[in-house]
Amino acid sequence: MTDVASHQPRLALGPIAYYWPRARVQDFYTQISTAPVDIVYLGETVCSKRNELRLDDWLAIAETLTAAGKEVVLSTLALLEAESELIRLREICNNGRYRVEANDMGAVQLLRGQAFVVGHSVNVYNDRTLALLARQGLMRWVLPVELTAATLADMQRLRPSGIETEVVVYGRIPLAYSARCFTARARNLPKDDCHYCCIDYPDGLVLTTQDNQGFLVLNGIQTQSARTVNLLSELPRLRELQVESIRIQPQAEHTLDIIDVFHQCLIGEQTTSEASAALESFMPTGGCDGYWHGGAGMEKRYES
Amino acid sequence: MELVCPAGNLPSLKTAVDHGANAVYFGFRDDTNARHFAGLNFTPAKMAEGIEYARRHRVRVFLALNTYPQPDGFKRWQTAVDQAAELGVDALIAADPGVLEYASTHHPKLNLHLSVQGSATNYEALRFYHDLFGIKRAVLPRVLSMSQVRHTIENSPVEIEVFAFGSLCVMVEGRCILSSYATGRSPNTFGACSPASHVEWIETPNGLDTRLGGVLIQRHPKGENVGYPTLCKGTFRVGNNTYHAIEEPTSLNVMELLPELAAAGVKAIKIEGRQRSPVYVGQVTRIWRAALDAFERDPAHFTPRPEWTAELGKVSEGAQTTLGAYHRPWQ
Repeated sequence: MTDVASHQPRLALGPIAYYWPRARVQDFYTQISTAPVDIVYLGETVCSKRNELRLDDWLAIAETLTAAGKEVVLSTLALLEAESELIRLREICNNGRYRVEANDMGAVQLLRGQAFVVGHSVNVYNDRTLALLARQGLMRWVLPVELTAATLADMQRLRPSGIETEVVVYGRIPLAYSARCFTARARNLPKDDCHYCCIDYPDGLVLTTQDNQGFLVLNGIQTQSARTVNLLSELPRLRELQVESIRIQPQAEHTLDIIDVFHQCLIGEQTTSEASAALESFMPTGGCDGYWHGGAGMEKRYES
Repeated sequence: MELVCPAGNLPSLKTAVDHGANAVYFGFRDDTNARHFAGLNFTPAKMAEGIEYARRHRVRVFLALNTYPQPDGFKRWQTAVDQAAELGVDALIAADPGVLEYASTHHPKLNLHLSVQGSATNYEALRFYHDLFGIKRAVLPRVLSMSQVRHTIENSPVEIEVFAFGSLCVMVEGRCILSSYATGRSPNTFGACSPASHVEWIETPNGLDTRLGGVLIQRHPKGENVGYPTLCKGTFRVGNNTYHAIEEPTSLNVMELLPELAAAGVKAIKIEGRQRSPVYVGQVTRIWRAALDAFERDPAHFTPRPEWTAELGKVSEGAQTTLGAYHRPWQ
């Protein structure tokens, strides 16, 4: 049991899901270079029209982070439709230096034969799928966000040796992708003339129900949960399940504070119950953890 | 082009066959397929009866096994694949890579189609499923524009089926979990979107509220037509506006694009609606059969007849239809 007790997951920072101005992205990662995260995922995963940063810009950031001792992974689009998107995907997959996170089976196809990561938008729902991806070169997978702790436990028991598991522990939940841009729709703009308006919403645009409950977040072609998933109180369980890394998703404000909370709890400087009030105050629309427990994703079962 | 029609039960299957389907698709009576609704679908015995009926009329039969098993349930999907092979269906429509692998290794003669739930929106993804499992056909998600469909087919290693008519998913299929966010059940895990078990209809002084998993999806003033509270078709508030923030309650109808779809090389067109009545299946199959026949007789002069459009409009969700993503001018 000593091994289990001492098992220490690494901290990972997911890609920025929103459209931030170039300078803001660069400043953000300058700060991240000294933050206590071990793995950093970089790149545009939502919309290929977003062009504040080009691949070269991302590679420059990757270089800085690598020099700062971070493991850098280049993330890719979740929804690939146009040839122009495939062309850019091939450039990323053939970068020759950094590991790549596939967020669509099309990317997996291009990465077969080299060591790659699959993100949470690739449907790895069972050990058979995990094993066959491992045979293609998969080295790490991220638990799909609607799966439960019980399924994770089964997957961990059955996973091929050498495969790392990552779990998203903090962030708004990606729920859907579409050909349609809901942010442009909200602004009454057609998608082909969207004015890149999602740059106005660094945390996405909240959609509420007619009785004023914050429900979803519109982030271009992606729909997210309004509530933030929070598995801080599950750290002991994540250790017990031998999860290699835990992922925090960037948000417009407080990302460094959030990283710090998880870091402090991981190294035992703070207990999760001590840290939980602070963490709660960083969430734009409150927290949830229903998926982890087998309920509706939006349910909140943890104590705060 | 092959006309592929839905069969939620034996009467629907028979009426689809009688009205001119080239193929019918159905599923087992559980969460192994994406229309897991109470009272719907087939027992193995009914399937055998359906297959016999279809065969007699030279209609092909596809079995949908298109949800994503988790480790503790995999055995049931495995058994379902074995049963499909034993029944001798013409193709298995699957989404999960684990299921596809099991089928391709244990039943190499079984034709495999990649379900729309497989979420393959580009030809690199299609190559993955073709290289690894030898799929013969894929159903494209309803998010591609006409030019993207054309380009995908030009580069695809497998034949392509597209949705032609019925309820419209505006999200890419297989990767939408809006439903489980509100209810705990999604198409991937449970085989149903916005499940009826989680719907509440609540009378208010002003009309009728519909809730899904407790979330207010729609508020109907008195006298307004009440639709099913599918999550993405609800009315929500963004900023100061209250509107269908994601999608209007419309149906897909691509009949006017038939010549373009044929020219692009589409091999089969699919009618959605295993959850609809046999009457619906009969009507829709008959009209699409007539349209396809008219197109094949005189491709150059094909246009949908007004009476077809009117009749299809009547059975459509929200009584309006759209070309969906196919008509997008942008990429």
